Amino acid sequence: MIKHTISVLVNDQPGVLQRVSGLFGRRGYNIESITVGPSEEMGLSRMVIVTLGDHKTVEQVSKQLYKLIDVIKVVDLSAGAMVARELALIKVNAEPVKRPEILGVIETFRASVVDISPTAMIVQVVGNSDKIDAMVQLLEPYGIRELTRTGVSAMTRG
Amino acid sequence: MSIEEREVLSKEEVRAKLLQPDVISGSEILLRCLLLEEVECIFGYPGGAVLNIYDAMYGFANINHILTRHEQGAIHAADGYARASGKVGVCIATSGPGATNLVTGIATAFMDSVPLVVITGNVATNFIGTDAFQEADITGITMPITKHNYLVRNVEDLPRVIKEAFYIASTGRKGPVLIDIPKDVSANKIPFHHVDKVDIRGYNPTVMPNKLQVNKLIQAIEQAESPVILAGGGVVYADAQEELLEFVEKTQIPITTTLLGLSGFSSAHPLWMGMPGMHGTYTANMALQNCDLLIGIGARFDDRVTMKLSAFAPKAKIAHIDVDPAEIGKNVKTAIPCVGDVKTVLAVANQTAKKAKSEAWIKHIDQLKAEKPLRYIKSDSELKPQYVIEMLSDTTNGEAFVTTDVGQHQMWVAQYYKFKNPRSMITSGGLGTMGFGFPSAIGAQMAHKGRLVISVNGDGGMQMCAQELAICAIHNIPVKIVVINNQVLGMVRQWQEIIYDNRYSHIDLSGSPDFVKLAEAYGVKGLRATTNEEAQQAWQEALATDGPVLIDFQVRKDENVFPMVTAGSAIDEMIMGDSE
Repeated sequence: MIKHTISVLVNDQPGVLQRVSGLFGRRGYNIESITVGPSEEMGLSRMVIVTLGDHKTVEQVSKQLYKLIDVIKVVDLSAGAMVARELALIKVNAEPVKRPEILGVIETFRASVVDISPTAMIVQVVGNSDKIDAMVQLLEPYGIRELTRTGVSAMTRG
Repeated sequence: MSIEEREVLSKEEVRAKLLQPDVISGSEILLRCLLLEEVECIFGYPGGAVLNIYDAMYGFANINHILTRHEQGAIHAADGYARASGKVGVCIATSGPGATNLVTGIATAFMDSVPLVVITGNVATNFIGTDAFQEADITGITMPITKHNYLVRNVEDLPRVIKEAFYIASTGRKGPVLIDIPKDVSANKIPFHHVDKVDIRGYNPTVMPNKLQVNKLIQAIEQAESPVILAGGGVVYADAQEELLEFVEKTQIPITTTLLGLSGFSSAHPLWMGMPGMHGTYTANMALQNCDLLIGIGARFDDRVTMKLSAFAPKAKIAHIDVDPAEIGKNVKTAIPCVGDVKTVLAVANQTAKKAKSEAWIKHIDQLKAEKPLRYIKSDSELKPQYVIEMLSDTTNGEAFVTTDVGQHQMWVAQYYKFKNPRSMITSGGLGTMGFGFPSAIGAQMAHKGRLVISVNGDGGMQMCAQELAICAIHNIPVKIVVINNQVLGMVRQWQEIIYDNRYSHIDLSGSPDFVKLAEAYGVKGLRATTNEEAQQAWQEALATDGPVLIDFQVRKDENVFPMVTAGSAIDEMIMGDSE
């Protein structure tokens, strides 16, 4: 089982997310993350889906996606060189005495603090999924109150 | 347009009238678009959310609408019409329960790639999402069982949506398309502008095959010593029977046809081996297991054909011709993929196709056919279901349209009715929908008014859509309704006998209504037969009757369908039963 990142260009129509996610669900394909947003062209959205599966499964995923009328193009980004980024917001316990230590960790990761309150701060980190996993791991000892991740957005290099 | 006008005007004049840019309601737009798509008949059932559409139909003489007695009857009839004619079948139902009653029929058509345009009403757009009376999210419900579906929120979209729906349903791998029309959309009026071109960016079915792959196929055939063709419903749907016949004769490859492919190749041809799979012939199954080249044509390597997939056709290099690229490699590893319209691919292949080295193989297959033909133990004292089907086949020379329901009788029709003509076998193969057999025959008869249509049902399935007897009587639709009545759910009984150690659980259908009286109650002639002689007499009487007839053939209860391959076995591990 290999992780594949698939880019799906779709019509920006009501129900299109349901069509795509429903297809994954009923055919037993796994979705690790899914992101949707406008694309470079009016009326079209781009979904980036991270899925686990062998080569045969991903080929079937792609063929089945193409059968949806609202799907315009499917690209397996992970087949070549790609840039993949994810954003996470981490609300971490940060009593004043702990703040310098936490800021040290954040700086190393080139993450930033986007909100601060008397006992906590919100850390914003952007990077590939491994980097975010590492950041989360390092902040865990301080006490993570809330965590939200966007899922992967990606495109091919060049 | 009045009835008088319809009779006076030519086809072109009618078309011109339909195209006029009058200010009309969504309902009239729908009806005009259906006529412009040359829809001959619609099967439907009215209700609150489609009242506008039915109001528009009132006095619209060109629309031939058949009021069924249940929405399920309507959609199976539309399905039977589409399978028999090759045209798009159309049905209509109201919102909520009307729409959900179509679901089984939509799934049936989807599994068997049947082109349908299904129209449902919905509550008005401002009520959608409020759990209004008779509201159901039918586009959400049918997403996994339609080729595509539409919820039309603006009447301006309606002409385009209808055009696209017919195009999508009837091209590429065919299938059902649903159009959900809220009540305000069917009421709103706009100037009518017909859309006659489709431009769907995400939908471009492949028609022409890749020449390289076809060449590879031709080369593989020339080298093959024991090749087999497995032809499926795709041949029938692409109207490719002539191209297939030419291909078979040029290449001299023995052919087996799946349940849905049965009428795609004449059973009278010497290279035909019968149906393969769970209840396939000994010859077809042994040929698949021992072939060195297997050419799948418009067939999807369904589990009822392959049985244990890991043991299927172990020696074969597999070539696969199919219009749907997603079918290639889905179940079996494919060496030579040919994506394209089956008719076109075969026409291209026929230009260069040469003979396989199959003389010895054909001899071997002829020997298998002679040694292990389909057979059952004949009886003079009891009426056997296989006898009835053989009688239907012999007396009609294999040239009738036959629809079946699902179960033992379906397999006996597949085994013993010797189909000759394309589209003449109409059966729910993929979904296996009981209740399909009878209403689909009504649709088939509507498509072929002068032809003999036989509907073969079990006593179980006959009771699932028996209410449509009313339609046959009222419109004098002369379907010959055969009930293979064994007082039991036969296929379930067979599995319980063979696999569940004779533990017969809830299969007894005794106490079912008297089918002759049931038919008569609806105004349909009813006949009964309990012996071979009575069967012959009753059937001759039915054939001589102009209108619809139901014949209740009371057959032996314990008869099983053989050969049989049980789940988990390879297709050459057949239980031969009586045919041993």
